[in-house]
Formats: sequence, C-alpha cells, structure tokens
Amino acid sequence: MARAAIPGRLSWRVATVADARWETASARTLVLDVPQWPGHLPGQHVDVRLTAPDGYSAQRSYSIASSWRAGGPVELTVQRVEDGEVSSYLTDVVSPGQQLELRGPVGGWFVWRGGPAPVLLVAGGSGLVPLMAMIRARGDVRGRQPFRLVHSVRTPQDALYGTELARRVRDDPGLDVHRVYTRKTPEGWPHPPARLGVATLNTHGWPPDFGPDVFVCGPTAFVETAADILVALGHDPKKIRTERFGGTA
Amino acid sequence: MTSHFELDGNALGGDLGEIFAVDLTEAVATCAGCGQAAMVATLRVWGPAPGLVARCPSCEDVVLRLVRGPEQAWLDLRGAVSLRVPLPPDGPLA
Repeated sequence: MARAAIPGRLSWRVATVADARWETASARTLVLDVPQWPGHLPGQHVDVRLTAPDGYSAQRSYSIASSWRAGGPVELTVQRVEDGEVSSYLTDVVSPGQQLELRGPVGGWFVWRGGPAPVLLVAGGSGLVPLMAMIRARGDVRGRQPFRLVHSVRTPQDALYGTELARRVRDDPGLDVHRVYTRKTPEGWPHPPARLGVATLNTHGWPPDFGPDVFVCGPTAFVETAADILVALGHDPKKIRTERFGGTA
Repeated sequence: MTSHFELDGNALGGDLGEIFAVDLTEAVATCAGCGQAAMVATLRVWGPAPGLVARCPSCEDVVLRLVRGPEQAWLDLRGAVSLRVPLPPDGPLA
C-alpha cells in the first residue's frame, strides 16, 4: 500500500480579488482567485496578511465560506469589526483586481470530513462562515446526513446568507435552520429577544444518543456557553469541536 | 487570570504550518503543569500579537509560545511534556 503523502508546509501566496458582494450591512464576501490552490475542506481557514508601504504588516485568520470545487475560487466572508485594522480594509477598501497575501488552507481539526453521523452546527454571528462551507459541501454532493444549524444573531438584518439558507432548507433534504435573535426579532416572531439557552439547543439540536458531530463557532463567550450547554445535555465533549474568534479581527 | 481569552489553537495552524509539514492543530499537547492532554486546536490563545501564547484549557499554564520574525520562528515548547502528532498510516511502500 502506498504511503499517503503529507501535503507539506504552508507558505504565503498572492490572491487576486475577483469579485466582492455584501452579505449584510457590515459583512462582505471576497471572491479570491488563488493560482495553484490545492483545495480545502469545509471548516478550514486562511491567514490574510496586509503590508503597508512603510513595511508595517498585520495578519488575521478568516474562515473559508465556500466549498471547494476544482479550479474554483476561494470565498471569504469578512465581518467588519469596529477599529479592526484588517477587517475594515477588507470590507470597505479592497476592490476587485487588487491583490492580497494569503496562506492556507489551515486547520485539520475544525473540519467536517463527511461520514454518516448527523451534524449539529451552532453559530454565533459571523461564526456561521465555516459552518456554511460545511452546508455548501454537503449540498454539492447531495449529502444525506441530517444537518441542523442553530444560528444566533443580534437582529434579522445581521443574518448571513439568509436567502441561500432559505433555498437550501427547501432544496437540500434533511437541512434544518433555527435562528435565535438576541436584540431584535422579526415581525411576529413568537419569542422576545433572548440569548442561546438550554431549551433551544435541547429542542433544535440532536439528542446525544444520536452521536452527532458538533461544530460550534463564534465569539469566545458564545462558544463557551454553547459548549457548556451541550455537555450538560449529555453530549460527548470529544464530539464537540469549537472555534473561537476574538472581537478584534 | 481571568477566564477571558480571544482565540484558540485553531489560529496557530498557519504559523505552525510554516514550520511543520503536518497540521499541528490536530496534535495533542500534554501540559507540563497539570498533565492534561489537549488538542492544540483547543489551547487558549491571546492575539493578535507579534508572538502567540497558547495556554492549557485546564490549568491555564503556558504550553506553547511562538514568535515569528522576518527570517526565523521561535517555538518554545517547555510547557508541553509531549506533542502527539497524527500521521498517515505507516507501512511498506510497495
């Protein structure tokens, strides 16, 4: 049996912004052409490096939003953060035709590799981005694994990928989406605004007996809370994969 | 030490990936302080900063420090008893 190749070390490469679109008032998707991109798995991220003319450079990690199709682009959805020196450049300044330095794909743990287990995705705000790559990858292969997404957002206007998720819930069998609104709900929503709680994950998650693969991504406090609730509900901590991001991206 | 931190070991993957040919976020680090074995992806990381400091999720001792300079990287692993690194299955080549 041939030994599986180790893909090798990462290095920086130049990506060109091919297109850009707003997802919400403060989140923008950059479509990047990356020559010789080796492909990526849903959940992986890239590091983006910006260098000023005076040599000052800043580097941040951004999750890949797109699923991988050979020869296809790499899409990042960037949430603007107040005073975020990199994120505000990527949302408000960079335009198609410009180039960025990029390193990746990064990560092998916070990754969905398929398999038959049901999947629970728990997202806080723009923590949805790597989980969306998983939903898209499942859609690409018409996967049958039952997928549930619980997405916590401040207001309806902050919900990323709303139109696409509505279409996928209709067209991708076995995908459910539940949103939690923490500051403002849509008209006629049956509950007042509230944070993610035990009842929501109990009702809209999977029972621990189903042995789901669980992915949680969001701000640190959100991830801590969600993981604590899931463990308290009886989920195996080893099946809960988490990715935290700070407020300074 | 407060319980507030910003990132986790997933964010170390890129810098470690410049040094190692395998993904180290999937490696298991055993803390020299408390003996807890934790996936590198689950270490607590503060950043962004010129250097990254990764702490044990159990006792918050420093497990790993990484500083990237223009032409070199410094990796301080004195807080880890061991790193268990997953590899492709070994076997005869033909």
